[in-house]
Amino acid sequence: MMNARDEVLARVRDAIGCAHAATDVPRDYRVRSDDGIEQFLDRLHHYQAQTHRIPAAELDEAVRTILADRGVRRIVAPAGIPDKWIDHLEPLRDEPALDAQTLDAADGVITTCTAAIAQSGTIILDGGPGMGRRILSLVPDYHLCVVGLDQLVGSLPEAIEKLEPTRPLTFISGPSATVDIEMVRVRGVHGPRRLEVIVAE
Amino acid sequence: MARRVALFATCLIDALFPDAGRATVQLLERLGQPVEFPLEQTCCGQMHANSGYFEADLVRRYVDVFAPYDAVVVPSGSCAGAIRHQHPMVARAAGDDALAARAEATAAKTYELSQFLVDVLGVEDVGAYFPHRVTYHPTCHSLRMLGVGDRPLRLLRNVRGIDLVELPRWDECCGFGGTFAIKNVDTSAAMLADKMEAVIETRAEVLCAGDRSCLMHIGGGLDRNRTGIRTLHLAEILASAEAA
Amino acid sequence: MSSGETIWTDDPPFPENAKRALTDSQLRRNLRKATTTIRERRDGLIGEMADWQELRAAGAAIKDDVLRNLDRYLEQFEQAATAHGAQVHWARDADEANSTVASLIEATGKREVIKVKSMATQEIGLVPALARRGIDAYETDLAEMIVQLGHDRPSHIVVPAIHKNRAEIREIFLREMEDAPPDLTDDPQELAEAARRHLRRKFLESKVAISGANFAIAQTGSLLVAESEGNGRMCLTLPETLISVVGIEKLIPTFRDLEVFLQLLPRSATGERMNPYNTVWTGVTPGDGPQEVHIVLLDNGRTNVLRDEIGRQALRCIRCAACLNVCPVYQRTGGHAYGATYPGPIGAVLTPQLVGVEHASKLPFASSLCGYCYEVCPVKIDIPTVLVKLRHDVVRAQRHPAQDAAFAAAAGAMKGRRRWTRALRLAPLMRFMRRGGPPPLSRWTAVRDLPEPPRQSFRDWWVKEHEQ
Repeated sequence: MMNARDEVLARVRDAIGCAHAATDVPRDYRVRSDDGIEQFLDRLHHYQAQTHRIPAAELDEAVRTILADRGVRRIVAPAGIPDKWIDHLEPLRDEPALDAQTLDAADGVITTCTAAIAQSGTIILDGGPGMGRRILSLVPDYHLCVVGLDQLVGSLPEAIEKLEPTRPLTFISGPSATVDIEMVRVRGVHGPRRLEVIVAE
Repeated sequence: MARRVALFATCLIDALFPDAGRATVQLLERLGQPVEFPLEQTCCGQMHANSGYFEADLVRRYVDVFAPYDAVVVPSGSCAGAIRHQHPMVARAAGDDALAARAEATAAKTYELSQFLVDVLGVEDVGAYFPHRVTYHPTCHSLRMLGVGDRPLRLLRNVRGIDLVELPRWDECCGFGGTFAIKNVDTSAAMLADKMEAVIETRAEVLCAGDRSCLMHIGGGLDRNRTGIRTLHLAEILASAEAA
Repeated sequence: MSSGETIWTDDPPFPENAKRALTDSQLRRNLRKATTTIRERRDGLIGEMADWQELRAAGAAIKDDVLRNLDRYLEQFEQAATAHGAQVHWARDADEANSTVASLIEATGKREVIKVKSMATQEIGLVPALARRGIDAYETDLAEMIVQLGHDRPSHIVVPAIHKNRAEIREIFLREMEDAPPDLTDDPQELAEAARRHLRRKFLESKVAISGANFAIAQTGSLLVAESEGNGRMCLTLPETLISVVGIEKLIPTFRDLEVFLQLLPRSATGERMNPYNTVWTGVTPGDGPQEVHIVLLDNGRTNVLRDEIGRQALRCIRCAACLNVCPVYQRTGGHAYGATYPGPIGAVLTPQLVGVEHASKLPFASSLCGYCYEVCPVKIDIPTVLVKLRHDVVRAQRHPAQDAAFAAAAGAMKGRRRWTRALRLAPLMRFMRRGGPPPLSRWTAVRDLPEPPRQSFRDWWVKEHEQ
């Protein structure tokens, strides 16, 4: 008797016949977009995220001020987050690995991102420096993300080009939300209910 | 005009709505485009195909009858759609690839009435006069299967004296769907009720469409409910002229 | 019937289910409101995409390429996923998939699992199958949770509780959720908050999760789950073991192809430029997320669909449900009337092909063929054409003596000029049946008059005019 793998593959081959037809994929869609920082911030607003445009030189001060304004003290800080952003708080470093309960009790998390998409208001995390394990940016109820201008691209195809496919990737477009009740979008279910984004330019 | 143009009247117009057929002939003649009506024609087989009965013989008959002409005019969006999109499939299902190829060639010169007027004759003002309040239902097969776009509306807007009002939720199906109206009568009736509500909202005297089949269904409901709203095929309005 | 139990249609058949659903005015209001909202949002966003048709064309072509070379892509996927530490399993049918998943869970020693919303697991009836092996599976998507708590069935592919309004959802929470606050109102924000509190501990403590996948990338062995609430991220990130059930048609060739589908899917599904969360994972990432990753590749009838040259395009489907939201039939009957996991137009073409037309013979007819579904489909599935083709399969598979005879008689009359001319002369008889007549005509005249028959047919007029 054939095993499941061989049988499924045999059924597939039988169904499509022996001639494997090559299919040309017409890629006439746009791969670049003129959307920039204004659209990025506009989309994030639309998703009910809070946003800031900060000159790069004032970034450190801005991060400290925002975290203070939000009343955040126990802040989860993945490796790679500069000390000067958080050393006045109670940073929770992921060394050794933080457990879910500790993360649940934190006031928030601060991360960077690997890419951001203006057209859809999306930030992308890939587990690299400043982003850390996926759980870090998931369990805390408040997420502050710092985006550099060099990370911001116009369109999804431009972002896809920048990503390393086999890293663990998280695309985030606004705070957690649901449309499951009467298709009304409400903010906040299981992921961070508050998302705040700083663009440093 | 040297073109030989045939009228495919459709079985429904031939049997039950000859006024729409006569209007099509009169309209085209007034525009200087005589048409022939080959008597061997019967039905495109759409009702059969949409009910699961693929009648390759009806496809063959259509192709045999109309292949010799330069163009075929069909005063029905759904029949024109069936000829364009179903005939080759029905032929292929019968294993007749040669027929499928001929069906494709004949389909390519088959035009729904508004397409023929606008695209082939290049006319948008047919010189009609129709002093009534009219609303237009685009019918799904004209709109989506054939993509006639706003051609019928462009033709209607140029009619003298007409009071053309937009039909609310015009892009929604009326619930006819051939045997769907019988097989799923309750769902069809619910769709019909909503369509009639939209028609009544316009306070139009006349509901116009490019398909007598949908009009038979909506009109049947309007009559049953004694609304007094008439249904007319697009050709009937376009053929109306000021009394001399 | 238990929640999530896979049942197949025709018992009772669609027209009867629809008739019952149509009497439920609350259901129709709920559906009308929700589908109108999503449709308007979708239309607005498609309007701003100048290259929407080009994206659709690319999406359709990529999926066609996958289907035509599915064996190669499956092997490539298996190899890449395995190389990254995933364990790939294959399942010929629902039973095999269910027992594979159950055994994998039992091997962890756990009896409780959390679940991300997944159509594939609905299709195979995984939750009740696990229950029979003593394993409790908790749906964590808000709508799926509403359905599970309400001992109900999903009625929509993207928003499974679309048939319930906020007041009804509040009732379910108060009745079935042990930790629901007694003063809970029907404000969606509050209902979402109650769901968050209810599931929080489960997320933090569960060791095993089950998911589906929106896309499986052959080139890299990666899976992607698109979602909104973060319940997906919780399930995909926190547990030690992750088991994903993936239909074999979910493959896409390359990571780059996401640039097409992640533009098509959120706009079509929820009317968003991007849904809040997408997670992409490739096997095991040391130190991050589940360290035991299983993928169950599911056939369960898909290779039957693949066999049919016309019907095959249904496997392009990315489960966005845009066809449901515009369907005039779905909007009035809701999803339960279809009696199967996949409702609406896509269900009417997919279900009969997955299970055989003889088991779902009414579904291909549950459409007026208005074509709106095809117009909005992001991967250009010509649903009306597939429906017509399946109707053909139904009449060939089953005898319907009266109907077969009627259509044969009509076709016979249409196959000759003289026969046809004679038949037309019978039209005046219709005068006596305008408001009555025998079945099936009575089903027409139940709600509509037949037209007043003409004095003469068109051809009789023509002959008189032109050929005297």
